Amino acid sequence: MVETSDIRVVRCGGSKVNLTPPIISSDSRFVLCTSGDLVKVYSTRTEEWLHSLQGHTNQVTGITLNPANHLQVYSCSVDGTVKLWDFIDGILIKTFVIGCPLFAIYVSEKHTGVLFLHVSMATDSKNECFQLVSVHLPKSAEQEVEAKEMSAVSSHISKNPSCTAFGRGSVSETCMSMVIFISFFSLCSFSLKATDKKGAKNAFTCIACHPTDDCIATGHEDGKIRLWRNFIHKKEYTYSTQHWHHNAVNTLCFTPEGTHLLSGGIESVLVQWQYGADNRKEFLPRLGGSILHISASSDGQLFCTSHSDNKITVIESSFKVCGVIQGLVKGDAVLTDLMIDPRSKALVLNGKPGHLQFYSLLRDKHLYNLDIVQQEYIYEAGLDQFEVVKAAFDIKGSWLATVEERGKKSSDLEFFLKLWAFDERTQSFVLNTTITAAHTDRIISMCFSSSEETTMLVTAAEDSQFKAWCQGADADTQQDQNFWSCDFVGSYHKLNPTNCSFSADSSLLAVSFQEVITIWSPDTWEMLTTLCQPPGVIRDLCFGRLSCSKYLLGTTTKNLLCCWNLLTCELEWSTSVDVSKLQPDPFSENVAAFSYQSKHTDLFVFKPSEPRPLFTNKNVCSEKVHRAVFVPREEPLNSCDESTQWLNRSQLYFLTQNMDLLTFSTATEEDRMLSSSKQLVIDDSVAVTPFYLLLGKHRQQQQKLNTQSHPVSDKPQQTQGSVTIKELLHTPAHVLPAASVLCSMFVNSFLISNTGETLQEEMDSEKEEEDSEEEMEACDSQQELRAQGSVDEVTPKLSKAQERELKRVRKTDFSWMAGLIDSKP
Amino acid sequence: MGEFKVHRVRFFDYMPSGIRALAFNRDIERIAVARMDGSVEVFHCSDRFFQEKIIPGREQCGIEGLSWVGERLFSAGLNGGITEYDLTNQKVKYTVDAYGGPIWTIAGNQQGTHLAVGCEDGTVKLFEVNEDKIQFERNLDRQKSRIISLSWHPSGSKIAAGMMDMIQIFNVETGHSVHRLLADRGVGTSRSKECVVWSVVYLSDGTIISGDSVGMVKLWDDQTGTLIKSHNVTKCDVLALSVSQNEDSLVAGTSEGTVVQFQFISMVLGKDDKEWVRTRTFKNHTHDIRAVAEITTAVVSGGMDAQLVVRPLLDKVEVRSAASALRKIHFPHRRLVSCARKSGLMLFQYPGHLELWRLGESEGKGEDDIHLFVKRNPEKLLHLKVKGEDHIRCSAVSPCGEWIVYSTASSLRLYRLHCDNNNVSITKVLQISTELSANQLCFSSDSSHLFSASTQSSVHLVSLSQSGCKFVGTLKPKSGERTIGIRESSKIIPASEDGKWLASANSDHEVHIYNLQTRKAHCTVPVYSSAVTAMGIHPTTNCLFMMYADQQMCEYSIEQKQYTDWSRMVQRKGLHRFWMERDTPCLNVMFNPQHPSHVILHDTYMLCIIDQSLPLPDDKTQFYNQLTLKSLPEEQRKSHSHAFKVCKTFKDILCVELMSDQSLVVVERPLEDVASQLPAPIKQKKFAT
Repeated sequence: MVETSDIRVVRCGGSKVNLTPPIISSDSRFVLCTSGDLVKVYSTRTEEWLHSLQGHTNQVTGITLNPANHLQVYSCSVDGTVKLWDFIDGILIKTFVIGCPLFAIYVSEKHTGVLFLHVSMATDSKNECFQLVSVHLPKSAEQEVEAKEMSAVSSHISKNPSCTAFGRGSVSETCMSMVIFISFFSLCSFSLKATDKKGAKNAFTCIACHPTDDCIATGHEDGKIRLWRNFIHKKEYTYSTQHWHHNAVNTLCFTPEGTHLLSGGIESVLVQWQYGADNRKEFLPRLGGSILHISASSDGQLFCTSHSDNKITVIESSFKVCGVIQGLVKGDAVLTDLMIDPRSKALVLNGKPGHLQFYSLLRDKHLYNLDIVQQEYIYEAGLDQFEVVKAAFDIKGSWLATVEERGKKSSDLEFFLKLWAFDERTQSFVLNTTITAAHTDRIISMCFSSSEETTMLVTAAEDSQFKAWCQGADADTQQDQNFWSCDFVGSYHKLNPTNCSFSADSSLLAVSFQEVITIWSPDTWEMLTTLCQPPGVIRDLCFGRLSCSKYLLGTTTKNLLCCWNLLTCELEWSTSVDVSKLQPDPFSENVAAFSYQSKHTDLFVFKPSEPRPLFTNKNVCSEKVHRAVFVPREEPLNSCDESTQWLNRSQLYFLTQNMDLLTFSTATEEDRMLSSSKQLVIDDSVAVTPFYLLLGKHRQQQQKLNTQSHPVSDKPQQTQGSVTIKELLHTPAHVLPAASVLCSMFVNSFLISNTGETLQEEMDSEKEEEDSEEEMEACDSQQELRAQGSVDEVTPKLSKAQERELKRVRKTDFSWMAGLIDSKP
Repeated sequence: MGEFKVHRVRFFDYMPSGIRALAFNRDIERIAVARMDGSVEVFHCSDRFFQEKIIPGREQCGIEGLSWVGERLFSAGLNGGITEYDLTNQKVKYTVDAYGGPIWTIAGNQQGTHLAVGCEDGTVKLFEVNEDKIQFERNLDRQKSRIISLSWHPSGSKIAAGMMDMIQIFNVETGHSVHRLLADRGVGTSRSKECVVWSVVYLSDGTIISGDSVGMVKLWDDQTGTLIKSHNVTKCDVLALSVSQNEDSLVAGTSEGTVVQFQFISMVLGKDDKEWVRTRTFKNHTHDIRAVAEITTAVVSGGMDAQLVVRPLLDKVEVRSAASALRKIHFPHRRLVSCARKSGLMLFQYPGHLELWRLGESEGKGEDDIHLFVKRNPEKLLHLKVKGEDHIRCSAVSPCGEWIVYSTASSLRLYRLHCDNNNVSITKVLQISTELSANQLCFSSDSSHLFSASTQSSVHLVSLSQSGCKFVGTLKPKSGERTIGIRESSKIIPASEDGKWLASANSDHEVHIYNLQTRKAHCTVPVYSSAVTAMGIHPTTNCLFMMYADQQMCEYSIEQKQYTDWSRMVQRKGLHRFWMERDTPCLNVMFNPQHPSHVILHDTYMLCIIDQSLPLPDDKTQFYNQLTLKSLPEEQRKSHSHAFKVCKTFKDILCVELMSDQSLVVVERPLEDVASQLPAPIKQKKFAT
């Protein structure tokens, strides 16, 4: 089958938002952070993802505000380009092609038109050797410019971008393992050493410059912070040491006024040191994962910390957390399957240690964590702590079964099976039953029956038994609540089960015991038949769906994919392929199989009824794929192309070993996305709040009405007004702005005004002019400050008479005046 | 290299006394140290902090403050008196009572005209410094509480006085208080607990810096009397402050044992608006730091743990060398132990008493080669208490063990020891009054004479016999050339084995050699820039071997009146780097009669034998080469060996002496033992404990 080009693998969210320090826009309303090959813009107030700046083709490694225009942002990427964006509108203004992979970007206010970039020096990737170069940005009107004017500032610098900082004036320091290197551009360079004792772990880890004073703060591996001063006088430099962190200081940041120094490390405590009074410090503890970066807004009102658990915390200057932007939490490993919560359609997987995270794929947003283990997690290496290893939802999403386990390395295994009921009132899962000794050995596989009426859980464990669990069957507990208890214990020749699976209608249960598959009837617990296709232990097992429900698929460790016909109990077909993950689509007959061969993973999508694959994608990624899930689409695509049809009703997500969440996207889908994103980018200055949407829709409608010169415009005005009323009434009261604000709009909606339209037209034309001017300016990269929110400004309303008068005056010919002036000496 | 039977003596319970005050004199580069027992020591800062002078204290004499006025040293104490010291003769010159109750602090102005003392009764008393005495001038306005600390403005017109809860600024001319700066009591401490301003420093730009019991270092403006800035340095007290001469660096000693440095730095490079910024923290002490002194190249601090720590400021040091290394001075740079070489007796000198011990004996065979069984335990024969209030300055026991002599500031006493079996008794033979009080005492090797080094570089001779003793005469250096000027008192006097020669060194670095038969001065060794720390006359060659404070060594032939060839070779080739980097002076020079070419030296950390017949090491050769030599075969050893054999088996050595039976006595005083006898330090929370 020919590989079609209109399906491509995309990195869909879940990328690291903590790779680089987030930046806060100068008006403190937006937080920008890198996320994969995107730059994401979040609102600081609502923590909502507003939009993303899309355009880089590889990992974005650094962002920084344009010092000449605070509404613009530079971003650099491994793809070798620096892009200048208008981050409010999400418009790419310019692309500078540097030509080599870039790893960090800095700007200095004293040097306009110059960027400082980290580039890799060595040609081979083994030698990690980085260089700080300054790049002169050429002035040119073109969209894409090559910037070749590079000059090296310092070489042999650390890869870690937090080891470079720019301070007042033209000071730049970079530090390697042991040396700080300060260079005053073209003046002098000077190095400091911090090794006075052998064996002391005082290697530098990070650095920050005071904004007004000549003071450099360095963080050290042993948790000390040193403030260096007086460093231009040779040898007479001096430093003071402060020590609070018990482990390496990850990051340092001065507040813009320089009154405080913020530091963070693995303790996940944000420490605020008062500059000058060094032992006065404040703490903000329990922020989650270890702090990787800290940044402060230019007015000093907001701080942002990014954490190792893929999180950005927005903190007010009064040391109160006011927002959390949580990306997909990536722990050390995803032990559970990828699952879809049937209710919220959220992706469920391991999150924080001991938690399940619910992640909205649609909005690329972390929804919430469900604490499964309910024990304090201790952040220390080498401890054996409980982890969630298995989880399963029933088909309605009203039950969740989890298995947590401890003692993987040691012999004394400890595990619990927990069942969680969905509570409608609190809209969350509530612990229903904890089964302490469900099995005598580790639970291998777990699944819910998929029938609507009765829910049944089957667990298969290494104690060569599988157990069926039912709700409320236990007569001993005379309580209202229905707890879960064991209903049936099954085994087969003392063999260890490897997998279990219910058929689509729950009429059959397949349990694989090593090389043998046994088929059971859950109603009578009678073994119906056994299927066997040696050699190889069964690795994966699934029933076909819909029209193919008579088929049972299985993969073995001996690289065999088999399909049995359950009606005939015979092998329908088998093929030799090393399948690492077999994932059936619950909404179609399709089954996806990931096969890992010679260092890359291939994907086959097929129907069990026919051994010919519907779709093949060679080289999906270079790592092994262990987890995959089909996510139902909210609205099905109606693509007719044969190769993309399998993606019509659901979307396939998969997780690589590098913890990248990838998906397949089709061309039509991308088109739709693009158009919707364009729609989103209409208003530039208002954060996306419910009220904004309300207003925005309203304005759109008005604009539509205005711009359409068709007879549609003479739609009765009454409807427009009623729409507004409806919107007003339907918006919850607590998100409505003050009545005084709404009043004029509300009243306006009732007016039938012709002048309003003409005025609007004029305004529009003005706006267009402005826009074109703007573009010109931007192209010239004069980077003038744009009058912000000009669109929103309420133009002073003139009375009709006044307006007419003005127009008349404007149209009057004043050329005679020119003559008069000329004639005068 | 010769094996010795070693008496490892650890029963000398010497306790150094805590340091109470420091005073640095920039002009003569001396630092004066006052200890809790009332003794005052003078260290030479540019001569590797060699302890030049020790003025022993008295009972009930707590010194609270020290101050240099010119080259004169004054102290004041809780007994209410101001004392001036006679540094040339190392004794108290006079004491003047201030009549204000206990004195807490003393400060001299920079002009050298006046001394101010702060008294318990709340007065600041001004004394005029006259040429030979001090004269009470007047009182400044009397305050309600005691004056804890004082500091003169460099111009001499104002005085800042630290008291309970406040600082007063006095105009010296009118004697009235100009400003009252209130130091607030600490946050979280009880209201009733007063804030003691332990230390004030008055800078020339009008800034007053105070350190108080709340743990704050505060900066005040004397014009407006307002607080400019305060630094919270510690949770405990800030006990001492000291500012550098150019007023760009300040050190504060705290009761946690840390020294905190502040520097006057421009916040923006290249601009002039400077600020006091807290910079480094040094932690070298375990106990309270009672005194700090910022000398230009180093910070000197001393406290309750009795050690004097010299912490170099590397940014001020031009060249890093052994002279600019961190230095901790635990023990006095002179001997507190004397041994009767022939009879196996040891005399331990404590401030207030003497102890005589008989060394133990062993069977001569041990379970292994290293440790021998003790047959007879060492026993304490005598505990001799000092008559009077003065502390002992020096003491000696004669080689035969029959005579004991000690000297205080006021008198010299000679005792005869009768020792028949277990019965020990002494009889006082001689008591000489002030005039003959000695700085150093020494017996001739045949115990027939006592030499007593005294004032003006003179040495008194006393002949001893069974019947009694007789003052024989005085040896004086040839003073024909110099008519004026007081000579420094002599210090170190070794006499030669055959009783013919006597050498004496004084703190002017002069070494005089006398002929004992003619009782005339024989010659003078050329003066070297560094002080002599130890010397000895070789028994056979009659060469004077001298060790200097800067670790140089010289050998001077007495008969030929010139340096020996070996000495010249040492000077020419230079000594090994490791030898020069040692930080304690050599305290004794001994000769092994069986190996005439061997010289035995020791300092606090090591014992060294110099074989003058072997080549000298240069900087490339391995200095501590005993282990390598051991591993080499016999024939190669010769080519690799050099003159210095260093033994580091013993630590914290107070004295090493070679007995006449070829055994060594090594008196150790482990620092851990000293530390264990100190009072408990301030409890500090340590992370992860």
